[in-house]
Amino acid sequence: MDLKNLYREIVNEHNLNPAHKHALEGATHELRGVNPSCGDDIVLYLKIEDGVVKDAAFTGEGCAISQASCDMMCDQLIGLTEAEALSREELFHGMIRGEVTDEAALEELDEAASLQDVAHMPARVKCALLGWRTMKELLGQKA
Amino acid sequence: MPDVKHIRNDFPILRDHPDVVYFDNAATAQRPSCVTEEIRKFYDETNANPLRGLYDWSMEATARYEEARAVCASFIGAARPEELIFTRNTTEALNLVAYAFGAEHISAGDEIVLSVTEHHSNILPWQMLAEKNGAALVWLEPDEEGFITAEEYRAKITEKTKLVAIGHVSNVLGVTHPVKDIAAYAHEKGAVVVVDGAQAVPHMAVDVKELDADFYAFSGHKLMGPMGIGALYGKYALLEQMQPFLRGGEMIEYVTREEATWAELPHKFEAGTVNAADACGMARAVAYLQDIGWDFLRKQEDLLVAKMMAEMEKLPYIRIFGSKDPAKHNGIVTFTIEGVHPHDISSVLNEDRVCIRAGHHCAQPLMQFLKVGSTARASVYFYNTEEEVDIFLRHLKNIRGVMGFRED
Repeated sequence: MDLKNLYREIVNEHNLNPAHKHALEGATHELRGVNPSCGDDIVLYLKIEDGVVKDAAFTGEGCAISQASCDMMCDQLIGLTEAEALSREELFHGMIRGEVTDEAALEELDEAASLQDVAHMPARVKCALLGWRTMKELLGQKA
Repeated sequence: MPDVKHIRNDFPILRDHPDVVYFDNAATAQRPSCVTEEIRKFYDETNANPLRGLYDWSMEATARYEEARAVCASFIGAARPEELIFTRNTTEALNLVAYAFGAEHISAGDEIVLSVTEHHSNILPWQMLAEKNGAALVWLEPDEEGFITAEEYRAKITEKTKLVAIGHVSNVLGVTHPVKDIAAYAHEKGAVVVVDGAQAVPHMAVDVKELDADFYAFSGHKLMGPMGIGALYGKYALLEQMQPFLRGGEMIEYVTREEATWAELPHKFEAGTVNAADACGMARAVAYLQDIGWDFLRKQEDLLVAKMMAEMEKLPYIRIFGSKDPAKHNGIVTFTIEGVHPHDISSVLNEDRVCIRAGHHCAQPLMQFLKVGSTARASVYFYNTEEEVDIFLRHLKNIRGVMGFRED
C-alpha cells in the first residue's frame, strides 16, 4: 500500500478520531515517549491490575503515523497480561523492521498489522514504533 | 540574462529527473557538472599531497589548492587569501572560533550575545564555551517576523559583551539580520563578532570588510560545492594571535620532542592532509555562481517565493513564518498546515516527488520561540522554475484531503 492509501484507509481515522487519546483516570503507570528529531511527544498511561492491562490511553502530539499507531496499540493492549503485551511489542517491532513478514504470525497484531507497509518507509519507522517502544520501556521499568 | 531551462542542463540530477521537484536547497544545493568535473580533474590530472612534495604533481596540487583559497577569499571580500581557512563545514568553522579564540578571550562574568534564530551550530559551541569559562549567554529576541531591531541589540550588547554570534540569514525564516549594524555597535562595546554565513553566501554578495565581521563561516555544499568543505574567514590580526585548533601534520614550523612552533597562516589552522580536491570544487562552484550573477539569482528566487507565498496565503489553514514581504525570504518559505504534522506533509509530498524539509531545522530554540514543535520548509534556488512552484502548490492543496480533512 502506498503512503497516501495507508493514510486514507487506516491512519486518518485513528489520527483524527482516536479512541484512546485522553488522560487516564486511575492509571497505575505513565511514561513519556519522545522522538526528538521529529517532535513526536506522547505520554502513555496504563492501568494494570494483577498483571493485566485493564486500560490504556495516551496524550500528546506527533505525526499521524505515531498517533494512529499508538491509538491502535492501546486498543489491543487492553486485556493482555504484561508478558503478552511485551510479546506483541516484539512482534510489532519485527514487522516494522521488516524482519517478520509471515501473515499468519502477524494476524495476532490485529489492526496494527495494517501498518506493515511502514517497513518500506525508513523515515517513518520510528514514528510507528514510538507508542510500542514507550510501552516496552514502561513495563521494563516497572519490572 | 541566463535562462532557467538552459541552466538546469548544467545539473545532471535536475536534467535527468524532470519529474522531481527539489525544494530543499537550504539544506544543500545541487551541483553543476563543472563542480564534479573539477574534483575529478584534481584526482585524475595532478593528484598528490599538497604543500609537501617537491615534485611537479605536488606543486601543481598545491597551486590548485591555493588558487581555490584565493577564489573563495575574494568571493567574500577578504583582504588577503591567508584570512580564509578551509574547514569541513560551517559547524567546524564556528567550533574553531569557540575553541581557538573563545577559550583564551572569554572569562568568568563575560557575556556572549547570540540570537534565538540561530542554527544549533551557532549555539552549541557558545554554550560549551560559556559553561567552560563561566560566561553567560544573552539572547537576542527577534520580533514576530524574525527581525532583530536596533533597540533589541542595543539593549543586549553591553560593555560586558565579549563576543556576538549572529547568523547572517536565518535557515528557518530566511530573514537577513542587520549584521553590519550589529557589528558596528558590538565593536563600539569592544566585542568580537562571529557570523554564521552558511545561508547567506549562496544568495547574496557578501563583503566581510564592509560588514566588518571579525569571523565569518560558510559551507561549500550550500552554494553548489562539494559536501565536506567549508571555510572560516577571520581578520588576519585575530587569526595570528590565536593558538591552533587541531594539531598534527602540515601545520608546524619546527617540532622537537618537547615542543613545536606553528606554521604561518592559514596553515596553522589546517592540520593534516587538506581536502584539496573539494576546495577546488568549492572554488569552481563560486565561479559558477558568479557567472550566474546576483541580479538573476535574486530576481528568480524572489519571483518563485512571491508566487508561492501569494497562493499559500489564500489557504486559511496555512501559516507562513517570517516576513510578509517575499523579497525578505532568501528563497525560504517555512510553514505549517493546521491539523497536519510537518513530517506527514513532507512524506505525502514525497509521494508526489516533491522534496521539502520538515522538522526543527536544527533550530530548536527558534521553534520554542515560534511556539511550534516543528515546521515544514520549502526552499528554492535560482535553478527552480515557476512550473515547479505550480506543481508544489497543486500537491500542497491536496494534503489536507489526503490526511482526512474535508474543506468546506
